[in-house]
Amino acid sequence: MRRVLLAFIPLVLLAILLTVIVRSGPADALRGENVPPVERLTFQRVILEPDFIVVSVLNDGPDPVMIAQVQIDDAFWTFTTEDGTALDHLGRTTLRIPYPWVQGDAHVVKLLTSTGTVFEHEIPVAVASPTPNARFFGIFTLIGVYVGVLPVVIGLLWYPFIARLSDRAMDFLMALTVGLLAFLLIDGGSEGLEAANLLPESFQGVVLFATAAIGAYLLLEAIGAWLKGRKRGAGGGAGDGTGGWVLAVLIAVGIGLHNFGEGLAIGSAFALGEAALGTLLIVGFTLHNTTEGLAIISPLARAKQRVSVVDLIKLGLIGGVPTIAGAWLGGFVYSPVWAVVFLGIGVGAIGQVIGQIVRHMARQESVGRMLATAPVLAGLFAGFAVMYVTGMLVG
Amino acid sequence: MWTMSRRGWLQATGLASLSGSLLGAKLSGQTAGQGRHQAHGSHVMGTVGTPSLDAFNPTTFLRNWNFSELEPDARAKFYKETPRPDGTMLREYEIYAVDRDIEIAPGLFFPAWTYNGQVPGPTIRATEGDRVKVTFRNSGSHPHSIHFHGWHMPAMDGALPGQEVFPGETFVYEFDADPFGLHLYHCHTVPLKRHIHKGLYGTFIIDPREGRAPADEMVMVMNAFDTNFDVENEVYAANTVANAYMHEPIRVTVGRLVRIYLVNLTEFDPINSMHTHGMFFDVIRTGTALTPSERTDTLMLCQGERAILETTFRYPGDFMFHAHQSEFAELGWMGLFRAEAAPAT
Repeated sequence: MRRVLLAFIPLVLLAILLTVIVRSGPADALRGENVPPVERLTFQRVILEPDFIVVSVLNDGPDPVMIAQVQIDDAFWTFTTEDGTALDHLGRTTLRIPYPWVQGDAHVVKLLTSTGTVFEHEIPVAVASPTPNARFFGIFTLIGVYVGVLPVVIGLLWYPFIARLSDRAMDFLMALTVGLLAFLLIDGGSEGLEAANLLPESFQGVVLFATAAIGAYLLLEAIGAWLKGRKRGAGGGAGDGTGGWVLAVLIAVGIGLHNFGEGLAIGSAFALGEAALGTLLIVGFTLHNTTEGLAIISPLARAKQRVSVVDLIKLGLIGGVPTIAGAWLGGFVYSPVWAVVFLGIGVGAIGQVIGQIVRHMARQESVGRMLATAPVLAGLFAGFAVMYVTGMLVG
Repeated sequence: MWTMSRRGWLQATGLASLSGSLLGAKLSGQTAGQGRHQAHGSHVMGTVGTPSLDAFNPTTFLRNWNFSELEPDARAKFYKETPRPDGTMLREYEIYAVDRDIEIAPGLFFPAWTYNGQVPGPTIRATEGDRVKVTFRNSGSHPHSIHFHGWHMPAMDGALPGQEVFPGETFVYEFDADPFGLHLYHCHTVPLKRHIHKGLYGTFIIDPREGRAPADEMVMVMNAFDTNFDVENEVYAANTVANAYMHEPIRVTVGRLVRIYLVNLTEFDPINSMHTHGMFFDVIRTGTALTPSERTDTLMLCQGERAILETTFRYPGDFMFHAHQSEFAELGWMGLFRAEAAPAT
């Protein structure tokens, strides 16, 4: 009881301190009277419906914001709203603007607050936003299958070929996988940080991103340890065989999480009214992701393990299906905050997989020595190069 | 907003137009209705809501000068006219500068610097040869002045170094009303752009001795507001309030001469203009002549330029007027005349 009381004393003092700060408002004394409020509005989502632009905004500034008028393409335009125009800190609202937007043109939405501050959002290319109906679910699913599931499965079909390779060739291939994944790690990291920096300050995007990445990394470590322990307990005297399978599953999970982020990006690009998707782009993603299938099977091949077709399909689905879910989520309930979280998870997962493979390759050797061998160095470089070249197709 | 940099979604837009794309085809099918815009009638351009007219009413401002909108007692505090032996008048004005938030569009407040709490400032109207005496008190937070256009001694200019009137101080401007015409007054303290666009300006009319033909007279000041101080205007208007005369049309009578005193006090944009629908008008540039020099339906005025417009409505009904810069028109500088048949006599 005494111990509990002792724990509470600092909390009570803290509460008193906070009360004093709020009551006396030292910051206000510094700002003086009649200082204009700090106004911030962030565009959360801009949806283009036939003859309507629908805008969702968030007040992420410290002071209340009152939206007074809307201008589209430098013209005052009427709007309706059900959530009101007075927004407190972190308040949200949605405005429906009956504007005859033009397919393929650029439009600029400006919100004028009661103080005349202007918040601007550009729609670079106007395209109708997807609505969650069966047709768009179908389209997004198809895209997910094209860029996620099929390429990964096709990559897996190299299995019989690479299972017959020599040890040196296998080292090269594993290193290639690491190269591919390292590329995804850097790429996902840079995109995640970019997205994090665009978040409203209140959401502390970079911290959110890093937390998600570290969390995913640690979680996968734990899952990997658990899977290995289980296999060992069940099969007894497991050795390299189960190690290869577990690693393959982990890589598939890592790639799946990464692809989820990719799907999210595809879907959200539509949701934001910022994208029109071309055939070449889909082709680029497809090529790019085929290499991911290769990454999944190389530990199995190295372990010279027999793998059934069913197992291969399972791995392909683990790696590819999340793309579809990502596309749905991104397209229909896009939120920049969740995008950052999922990009973080993807990065953490890839990082963990890289660690796993490198440890697996090293076996009893030191990692440094293993990395310094010629086939490994060549593989790393080749992996990076493959990603770089196929990446050019989509960017 | 978040865009995927490497995957270059935006760059891909060109690809979409190369049809044949699986998705492109489906999407264009989905939005085929776009081209028709069958709901065009519901696209309502303009501001939302109505502003409070308590502080400044554009309709009242339109047809009042020398504080004629005030009750006699209240008016006496700001304006006094005393006949002089030679038949002219001594006209004395009380003008003060004060900071005030003004509503330039519904719910949109501009932190203005004003003469007598309004933008444009009170219209001052004298007759050629009158003596004008303006007592200017600065109740604002910055140094200000009044610079009148017209003949005057340098000491009355309000623009020369040292002629600013500091907060709390008073200065008396005194000069003869000359020449007759349509003039203006404004603050000439530096930085000039800021002092003018913040709202320190007004109309100064000097009538010719012989007078002009009787008419329905109105004052229109074309102005604009840079609400976020990026040296570009966000809101345009005639007499400050965006779209004010769309919501409350200016009522005129068919067959009666209408005279518009049009002044351009837009900052940042070099020119502004006025265009009237369904009619032509006669133009007296700067109001310095008794007879018009041209007839048009679109008149362009430089910053600080002004002109008297005269027309007679032929037909009853609504007639739009606006800047012929469409951008200004859609940002608030648009209104309506509502012409009614003259009552039978």
